[in-house]
Amino acid sequence: MRRETIINAALAIGLLAIPLWAHVTGEIFTITLATRVAILALAAVGLNLALGLGGLVSFGHAAYFGLGGYAMGILAFHAQTFDPIFTWPFVFEGTSQMLVIWGVALVVSGLAAALIGMLTLHTSGAYFIMATLAFGQMFYYLFVSWPKYGGEDGMSIYVRNDFPGLNTLDPIQFFLICYVLLMAGIFVSWRIARSPFGLALKASRQNAERVETVGITPFRIRLAAFVISGMITGLAGALMADLNRFVGPTMFSWQTSGEIMILVILGGVARLYGPVAGAALFILLEHWLGGVSDYWLAFVGALLLLVVLFARGGLIGSLAGREVAHD
Amino acid sequence: MTTILFIEQVLNGLQFGVMLFLMAAGLTLVFGVMGLINLAHGSLYMVGAFAAATVAAATGSFLLGLIASLAAAAMAGAIVEIVVIRRLYRRDHLDQVLATFALILIFSEGTRWLFGSFPLYLDIPAMLSGSVTLPGGIQYPLYRLFIIGMGLGVAAFLFWLISRTRLGIQIRAGEADREMIGALGVDISKLYTVVFALGAALAGMAGALVGAIQSVEVGMGEPVLILAFVTIIIGGIGSIKGAFVGALLVGLIDTLGRTMLPIAFGTVMEASAATTVGSALASMLIYILMAGVLIARPQGLFGAAA
Repeated sequence: MRRETIINAALAIGLLAIPLWAHVTGEIFTITLATRVAILALAAVGLNLALGLGGLVSFGHAAYFGLGGYAMGILAFHAQTFDPIFTWPFVFEGTSQMLVIWGVALVVSGLAAALIGMLTLHTSGAYFIMATLAFGQMFYYLFVSWPKYGGEDGMSIYVRNDFPGLNTLDPIQFFLICYVLLMAGIFVSWRIARSPFGLALKASRQNAERVETVGITPFRIRLAAFVISGMITGLAGALMADLNRFVGPTMFSWQTSGEIMILVILGGVARLYGPVAGAALFILLEHWLGGVSDYWLAFVGALLLLVVLFARGGLIGSLAGREVAHD
Repeated sequence: MTTILFIEQVLNGLQFGVMLFLMAAGLTLVFGVMGLINLAHGSLYMVGAFAAATVAAATGSFLLGLIASLAAAAMAGAIVEIVVIRRLYRRDHLDQVLATFALILIFSEGTRWLFGSFPLYLDIPAMLSGSVTLPGGIQYPLYRLFIIGMGLGVAAFLFWLISRTRLGIQIRAGEADREMIGALGVDISKLYTVVFALGAALAGMAGALVGAIQSVEVGMGEPVLILAFVTIIIGGIGSIKGAFVGALLVGLIDTLGRTMLPIAFGTVMEASAATTVGSALASMLIYILMAGVLIARPQGLFGAAA
């Protein structure tokens, strides 16, 4: 077996075993940490698809994360107040059903990714980075200046939403929901990486002209990847909102985009389990360094700088060797 | 009444625009000459503001504070260039974004550690406080006029520097062909450090000037940085002229939109709804402009065709 496969299996089993053990020993806090790892990893799985496979350096994935979060927030808010979201052209009621919320989160973040992708994917390099960053910030300001859904303060949702047959307020059950969705996200990106579509995407990262000469339009391939990527990150946003039972405009902030990107980089760009490794490392750093110093993000910054300058390939890259180029 | 309000808002927009220009000019120079996208430019803006606030508080002189902001930001820029940025020129944009994002984290947390989380205040000097009466009986704060004057002065200085001096020739040559000017005996790495420090000094100066009308706090640079990106996308990357036109457009449209849109919507709907819809739409206006430019002219208004 390849070393990367062993590491991947260890990550998948470890992320499941630790919270199960914590459940047996009654350490709720560890389960919450593991749930955060799973959700952040899912957000990063989304970005990794665009960034790692497609070479699309989106610094605006907070937009989809936030839209997913607000999809949950707005639906649950209207379910609390029994006041339909809109009544024309059809009556659209709020809901506290996770399955419906996830569907709405996927659709909304997918639409936003399609729109932003159509506007930005014709550009490349620094332009693309700046444009995605700017559009992300646009959503931030939009939700800050929209008082109905909490404006700058955000809004709390008092009850966690429902999933048929499960008690979502039980930490381990909610963790399992997030874990299953994370595995589904990883499975989707594994399938995509091996499909003709994924190969065309990789090829358009490496040499767009050649891809064009064989009759594939790189723009359309990239757009499709960008939409799927945004949808996965949006789903993670909905889960994060449910974990915190709170949504606020900081979900849209440029720091959130940066953090999702850090997860991908720390774990290893274009590695299937890179996002999981990155999210686990990030949460552990936050937990340990956050206890040592209030300024722990400076250490994350220093670590990131070192990884970029000297250890390209991230955690999985240094453990499993064989650097994957991302040019 | 409304014409007075309108002229006031135009002046506010100009003031905002020239400050954005100071930020965008540095970014676009660094991108044009070195091909580097620098997210940490907002941190240099913050460094300038903190230096100005500290020195002005210690000496009581705004002018010394302003000089300190230029010096501190230029020095921070030069150090960052020599220690980190220099290693990034040959890397792809992803590495540049990540490394400069890491620098933001280090700068922000470092500043928080040094100065605490509470904002500092930088007072407007007595000479520039109060307001003046403009033709037409409009009362307008003198300090904001001073900022507009400074911004336009720096813009003129930059155009002169780029088009009329030896350094300007080297900068333009560097944009066209780096290897060639290296072969002609220009010390490229020194040129890069100088250009980076120049951009940093402009950002620091903007931070100090704006710091006197807003509060000086950690994280003040990034919202401006992102607006500077919008400016550059609109104006065209690498073009000082584009940065200037883009900055004024963004400044004017954003400022006027925030005042005028709620009023405009007020004529067709009831007041509270008009305020909500108007301000929500106003917050998106410059991004809509950016989207329009991306559709119609992806290389920006003054950018060279790709």
